[in-house]
Amino acid sequence: MSQVLDTPPPIQAPADDLKALAARHGLSVSGARPSLPEYVRQLWARRHFITAFATAKLTAQYSEAKLGQVWQVMTPLLNAAVYYFIFGVLLGTKKGVPDYIPFLVTGVFVWTFTQSSIQVGTRAISGNLGLVRALHFPRAALPISFCIQQLQQLLFSMAALVVILLCFGVPVSASWLLVIPALVLQFTFNAGVAMIMARWGAKTPDIAQLMPFILRTWMYVSGVMWSIDKLTKKDHLPHVVMVLLQTNPAAVYIDLMRFALIDSFHAKQLPPHVWPIAVGWALLAGLGGFIYFWKSEETYGRG
Amino acid sequence: MAEQSEQIQQTTHRTQQTGQIMQSERIPTVVADGVDIVYRINGTGSGRGSATAALNRIMRRKQAEKAAGVRRVHAVKNVSFVAYKGEAIGLIGTNGSGKSTLLKAVAGLLPVENGHIYTHGQPSLLGVNAALMNDLTGERNVHLGGLAMGMSREQIKERYQGIVDFSGINEKGDFITLPMRTYSSGMAARLRFSIAAAKDHDVLLIDEALATGDRRFQVRSEERIRELRETAGTVFLVSHNNNSIRDTCERTLWLERGELRLDGPTEEVLKEYEAFTGDKSNKTAKKPAPKKAA
Repeated sequence: MSQVLDTPPPIQAPADDLKALAARHGLSVSGARPSLPEYVRQLWARRHFITAFATAKLTAQYSEAKLGQVWQVMTPLLNAAVYYFIFGVLLGTKKGVPDYIPFLVTGVFVWTFTQSSIQVGTRAISGNLGLVRALHFPRAALPISFCIQQLQQLLFSMAALVVILLCFGVPVSASWLLVIPALVLQFTFNAGVAMIMARWGAKTPDIAQLMPFILRTWMYVSGVMWSIDKLTKKDHLPHVVMVLLQTNPAAVYIDLMRFALIDSFHAKQLPPHVWPIAVGWALLAGLGGFIYFWKSEETYGRG
Repeated sequence: MAEQSEQIQQTTHRTQQTGQIMQSERIPTVVADGVDIVYRINGTGSGRGSATAALNRIMRRKQAEKAAGVRRVHAVKNVSFVAYKGEAIGLIGTNGSGKSTLLKAVAGLLPVENGHIYTHGQPSLLGVNAALMNDLTGERNVHLGGLAMGMSREQIKERYQGIVDFSGINEKGDFITLPMRTYSSGMAARLRFSIAAAKDHDVLLIDEALATGDRRFQVRSEERIRELRETAGTVFLVSHNNNSIRDTCERTLWLERGELRLDGPTEEVLKEYEAFTGDKSNKTAKKPAPKKAA
């Protein structure tokens, strides 16, 4: 490496003057975190990107399949068919729940929405480092966009669900309109949790390996396949466990959806104070998750 | 005092080259002030990738980076420069000398260890690649890429035809409505450049983008970069193609092993650089040497 010696020494510039020069012309430090209101403004400015990215991901999913977008409805229908086969035909279990198949399928679809939002949220930053390192945008756009993609997926599932409900003789009623507030609240909750997970996942990608186990445990305690109401009616459970089961956000959103859609699922089967709890979880996770995610904005995709 | 002499030194460089920009009009757009950039890499060292090494790393995160097998790579060392509005600056240096790293730091996408980088507006890397999806049509990718760069829907609609025409995708048939996975690598690269170059950037950072596409597209790209420079602000170009630097930039920074070796008019820096790399071809090689047919 004698060549290196032949070249002139590196140029050194005086540091103080450069700082003063930058200050005089109002230059800002590159890559600094914006204030919270500014961040919200930037995010709002990118709203079209957020939705376009979600839709693009969704359509890209089945673009190589011959049936194409038909799979958007086929996949949830097939899912439901599998559950019907196992629980309705093989096990023949109704567990004392009227309209068990609609009960089960509603639970599965609504749970899947929360589960996959959290899963994609965990990988929202760590799985898209290329994008994060190439372009400037508020990083919260990624977890939110992925949650919107899951919401779009759920809407396709809901279309399949309506078919199933009608097949099982569940009447159409005005209470179906309650689906809208329930979905808005659940989406807010999901997006919040997804943002929290995105920050953790960005720092420690290993979390993505743990999530399947945590989520499966959460699913089993959330009454996806059984009725929490039946369990809590018995007296042998400690009070703490009962309260935990009833305030579990996943269970709350699942039961709200069942209440909205299935006529044999009565208001008295809902946990007490269900709407305030649903709103509380949405606000807590949504706002808290957003602020928590923003706090670390400048570190995503670096190092 | 020292700053004045610095400015004078800079202007003398430039007046020889262009002479059209007066000293009073010179507005700095990027100021790098003693910048150090260090990469930390997990999973090196003696217990490479083993479970104990990983545990060690988690337990003693801060105290003993080195013992836990984290290696530090000092990629850019104490680099300072001032870039002005209307300049096109070439970045040259042998592989692994820190050119791309420096660009990423200017874009605010990598943290600096020491020193500061001040910028006017938001410098952007010319790269929408990551936002595009191969399974979508070229048409949808133009929209998606534009939105990802922060353009509004109206802006994209306005410039859509321009982007498609510039990319030349439709010259050989209606390819823009086909999924991008069906494009040849050259076609895809041209579309990506066209999308990225459609936005007006304050400070534009280009990393070897001109090496893609055929000669005709390269000429068009260089023209577009000159346009961007006039309307926007400052252009940085990283390239191993000295002719492309010569055609586009009047000022060049030479990075070697993370250190800024030379900063001056392109011709002078390139002469030194070519002497350093032992490139005899110099100006005569306007065209890249023809490759042997496979």
